[in-house]
Order: sequence, then C-alpha cells, then structure tokens
Amino acid sequence: MARRATGTRKILVTLAAWSVGLAIFFPILWTILTSFKTEAEAIASPPSLIAFRWTLENYVEVNARSDYFLHFMNSVVISLGSTLLGLLIAIPAAWSMAFVPAKRTKDILMWMLSTKMLPPVGVLVPIYLIFRDFGLLDTRIGLIVVLTLINLPIIVWMLFTYFKEIPGEILEAARMDGASLWDEVVHVLTPMAVPGIASTLLLNIILAWNEAFWTLNLTAAKAAPLTAFIASYSSPEGLFYAKLSAASTLAIAPILILGWFSQKQLVRGLTFGAVK
Amino acid sequence: MTTFIRALLGATAISLAVSPALAEKLTIATVNNGDMIRMQRLTDDFAAKHPGIELEWVVLEENVLRQRVTTDIATKGGQYDVMTIGTYEAPIWAKQGWLVALDDLGADYDVDDLLPAIRGGLTVDGKLYAAPFYGESSMVMYRQDLMEKAGLTMPDAPTWDFIKQAAAAMTDKGNEVYGICLRGKAGWGENMAFLSAMANSYGARWFDMDWKPQFDSEAWKATLADYLYLMNNYGPPGASSNGFNENLALFQTGKCGMWIDATVAASFVTNPNDSQVAEQVGFALAPDNGLGKRGNWLWAWNLAIPAGSQKTEAAKTFIGWATSKDYLELVASKEGWANVPPGTRTSLYENEKYLEAAPFAKMTLDSINAADPQKPTVDEVPYVGVQFVAIPEFQGIGTAVGQQFSAALAGSVSAEQALQNAQQATERTMRRAGYIK
Repeated sequence: MARRATGTRKILVTLAAWSVGLAIFFPILWTILTSFKTEAEAIASPPSLIAFRWTLENYVEVNARSDYFLHFMNSVVISLGSTLLGLLIAIPAAWSMAFVPAKRTKDILMWMLSTKMLPPVGVLVPIYLIFRDFGLLDTRIGLIVVLTLINLPIIVWMLFTYFKEIPGEILEAARMDGASLWDEVVHVLTPMAVPGIASTLLLNIILAWNEAFWTLNLTAAKAAPLTAFIASYSSPEGLFYAKLSAASTLAIAPILILGWFSQKQLVRGLTFGAVK
Repeated sequence: MTTFIRALLGATAISLAVSPALAEKLTIATVNNGDMIRMQRLTDDFAAKHPGIELEWVVLEENVLRQRVTTDIATKGGQYDVMTIGTYEAPIWAKQGWLVALDDLGADYDVDDLLPAIRGGLTVDGKLYAAPFYGESSMVMYRQDLMEKAGLTMPDAPTWDFIKQAAAAMTDKGNEVYGICLRGKAGWGENMAFLSAMANSYGARWFDMDWKPQFDSEAWKATLADYLYLMNNYGPPGASSNGFNENLALFQTGKCGMWIDATVAASFVTNPNDSQVAEQVGFALAPDNGLGKRGNWLWAWNLAIPAGSQKTEAAKTFIGWATSKDYLELVASKEGWANVPPGTRTSLYENEKYLEAAPFAKMTLDSINAADPQKPTVDEVPYVGVQFVAIPEFQGIGTAVGQQFSAALAGSVSAEQALQNAQQATERTMRRAGYIK
C-alpha cells in the first residue's frame, strides 16, 4: 500500500516537474519552431505547432545579411574575458571578506550590491564620454571592462558565500604548515571551492552573454556581440518574426548547449552548502 | 640592387599615399525595414562606382537605433558617418548644429524633385539637413469584399462618420472579423502618432500659441470619445497592446475590415506571399470631419551626416547615391518597380511603370500631399510636425500621454481621467522646460 502511494507520488512529482520544465522551455521551443516557418506561417492564426512547411530560408537570409561569426566571436571574447577578469579580482576580495573580515565588511558587501540597483541608463552618458575619451567605444576591451564592473558585485557575493562555507581551521592548518598567502589561496582554498567558482564562472558567462544594454549602447560595427545581431532583426514596421526567431536561435544556441553540458556543475555550485 | 631598393621605396610611398583613400570606411547606422535592407543588398552598385569607399552597416531596431544615435550625436562620439533619422529628429538636431548641411549633393541630384511636404520637414533656415530615403503618410486600407457585403462604397476621401458606419456594418465578431483596427499600444510613435493625426482632423492641437497644453479642449474630448467608441465596439480584443505589426498580422489574416495606418503597409497587405487578402484590398485617404484637415500623418526615414564625422565628403557621396533617381532605377531593375522606396520624389509619381506596378501609389502621394507639417492643425500652432511636436521634450510627454490613452482603451481609466492626467503631465513638463510659467 505504502509502496503504491510512493509510486503514485513519484509519478505526480515527475509530471509536475515535466510540466514546469516544459512551461519554462516553451518560449524557446516556440522561437526555434518559428525560425523554420515562413513569415506568413509565423503569424498564422491559429498557429500550427509542427504541421507546417519546414524551411531553412530564414537561416539562409540571416547568414547572407549578417556576419554571424564576427558577432559570435565578439560574444565569446567579451563574456569569457569579463568573467575571467572578474574572477581574478573577486577571488582575493571574497577571500579577504570571508576569512579576514573587517568592521565594515558587511557594509561594503551591501554597498557593492546596491550598485546593481541603479538603472544603467542613469550612468550611460558619463560612461559613454569616458569611453569616447579613452577610445574604448566599439572595442572588445571596453566591453570586457564594463561587463566586469557590472557583474563584479554578483561574483564577489557568490564567492563570499561559498568561501564562508569552508572552515577557517583548514586554512589555519595550512598556514601552520608553512603555506604562504599565495599557497593558501591557490593550493588550499581554490581547489576546495572549485564547485562554487565553476558555477560562478558559468553564471557570469551567461549573464555577460545575455547583457543587452551596454553591449548595444557602446558598440557599433566592430565589437557588437550577438545581442546586437538579434536587435538588427527586430522591427516595429514589418513582420519579420521568422527571421528574428532564426537570429535568436543562432544567438542562444551556444549558451544553451553550454548550459546543457554544464547543468550538473551549475546545480551543484548553486546548491553548494544549501543542505548541511 | 639599388634599382630594386628604389623601386621598393617607390612602391611603399605609393601604397602609403593610396592606402588612406582605399581605407575610407563609412559606418552607416540604419533601421531594420524592407527598404533599408534592400539598400544594403544593392551596395555592390555603389562599391563599383566608388571603389575608394567601403561601407560598414549597423542595423538596429528603430527604438534602439534612436537611443543609440542620439547618445552618439549628443556626446560627439563619432561612431557613425551616416545616420538614419526620422522627420522628428531632423529639425531639432539641425538647430542644435549636430548635422552637416546637405546643400551640395551634386548637380544631377535634382533636389527640387523631392516632394515639397517631405523636403519642408527636413529643411532648417533654407538648408536641407537630411536626404529622404523613403516617405510615408497614413491612409485607410480596407477589405473591398466586406465593404461590398455590407452594402457600402468607400469614398476616396471618407469622413469619420462614414468610418463609424462602415465599421459597424463590417463587424462580424462571431467570425472574428472586426470592423476597424487601430493602434492602441502606448508610445509617441505608436498610438500617439495615430491619435495626434486624428485629433488634427477634429480641430484639436497639442498646444496653443502660448505653448499651453490643450487636452482640456472639446476637440480632444471628441477625438478620444470617437476613438474609444470605434475600438470598444468594433475593434479587436486586446487592442491596447496592438501596434503596426499586430494590426498588420490581423489585417493580413482577414480579421480587420478597415485599418488606418502607414502607407508603407500597402505593399505588405497586397503581397500575395504574405497576405491572405491581397486581392481584396482597397485604399482611401485618411478620414476628416470637414474642418479642412485630414487624419493622416507624415513621416520619412532620412540619411544625415553627424557633425562629428571626419568623412563628410564620402558620406555625402553615399547619401547622394542612396537617395538619387538612379537608385530608384536600380531597385526597379533588380527587384521591380513595386519595391522602389516610395514617397520622396515627384518624378516617381510621374513614372507610368511605377504607377502601373504599385496600385497604392496615387493614394500614397495624395496622402503625403494632404499633410502639412508647417500647418498641421485647424487652429494656429507654434510647432512643426503633424503627428509629433518637433521639440526635444515631445518623446517624453508623447509617451506619457500615450500611456494614459492606452489605459483608457484598456478600460483601466475613464476617458475624462485620461485627458485630465494627460493635461497635468504635459503642463508639468512644459513648465519645467520653461515654455510656460
């Protein structure tokens, strides 16, 4: 009896999980399906889920009109560059906050987080002027710097939370065994926090990949990543939904694949220390 | 050996002298619409004629582009050599000294061939500051079969009363056919483009001669009342979130009896590849109320050179090519006369081949000619612009007022409250900006 109840519960939980998963994934699935329709079929009412004439014409046109590879490479360089630079700054910062806290550490952490509450458009003009004067407009370096600064509070916060879970006694033991500060951070702390660092890295890559305000406003033709590639297919005067869907599918495909392969790592990192 | 070294030095010197000319690269910011994409495709012709100029395109969605180029030009960022701007920005930016005058586009450019209504909106102190790439007005597009079934005949120049009558007669909600589709989505370029033009035909205006907002006038009350009456009784459900694209999709799938919107839609709704009602579409001028002004707007997408560009001459060469009569011929030879960018040149509307290929051509021209950005309203006004007011503050107040009217359409505020809120919001902004005390 109890076994049957457990079986039913398992089925219900599985069904619920699949329903939630499908509901979340449905917009992406719909975008992918629309990318294989003609423009007329894309706006057909009632819409057809799969019983339409499948075509690759939107992908052909998108590739003919835009340099996908250039935008893709810009996205890769900008998201990886900003993430690595961010980790380089955030690991020592989080270490000091977690293991050598000062009187105002909590206040500093809150202040860092508060910078995320400012609407980006509020600082657009000053940042644009700084970029103009330093020749950073439409450059990958400029975007790496700005995305690093934007995501730094999140990286520091995440790493701080992971580091706090590591017993300080282990680091103390390493110090007693003669480990230098460098050895302590690189050879003791970092390997123990690998799941946390990995999930921070993955999450930050996703955030940088999807960032659309600064990447659209600080680039023109050379450094524009895939967000600009998508924006070039949106139009308030003309039905280009199928082409827009094809461009969106091409833009999200790499990050979707990365997310798929690294989901175990991501979940492990995000739930690190959640259950003791 | 000496000869070889001399030759090498000579070649190096020549290449150094020639390379700047070869490397002259123009960065062009433009919007994603059919005519602009076609231009991008046809630039091989420009490259063949001007091998010393390379073109680099930045294509963006209209609102993103507007924000992007406004930031760049206001800060003299110098990211673009040619910008696509609307008739709203052109006079404001020209007065700020942000644009290069285009009064020397060459002898064969024939600037006098530009349609006077369009040219007037791009001219400041007698100088042209942007060259029109395509122009548009608004007009009535309707289903001839449904009109016939309703026992009515659409006049070439209908009144609002006729539109109300026709909308009632064509509505068949059981079969998801709605008598009229109009913009409801909030925004200065969305519902307010339509409503400002409609208000002009009701004798309303945004401001009086002292820049005092006029939403408390009887004319605005009548405008909003009729708009809400039409949409609530004969419009599609959820119309408060419908813009151009949503209405285009509804019309193309046979769900609208009439649609009053941009003339550029004519080529979409008559294209049998995209439209299920392509064979049934008729056109008429935007409606009026017998006050001497029709409810149609005037807009053009134009090419302009920011004052910060270091490549002014090359940019002028490109603009001269893209907005010339020869370009229209080029499009016609490659993609047919129906695909030529409309609404900029008088000669296009005298071309028999174009008139034959584009059944909507005459109505487009008549609609453009029926709009006067210098005198847009029945009563005198201190501003230029038909569906907008060419002052920098308009984007903000236009969108704020649009939100009120969209809310009235959604039923979340009453018409009276929406007008009152619009009046207060506009007065506040105009007072802060120093127009009124």
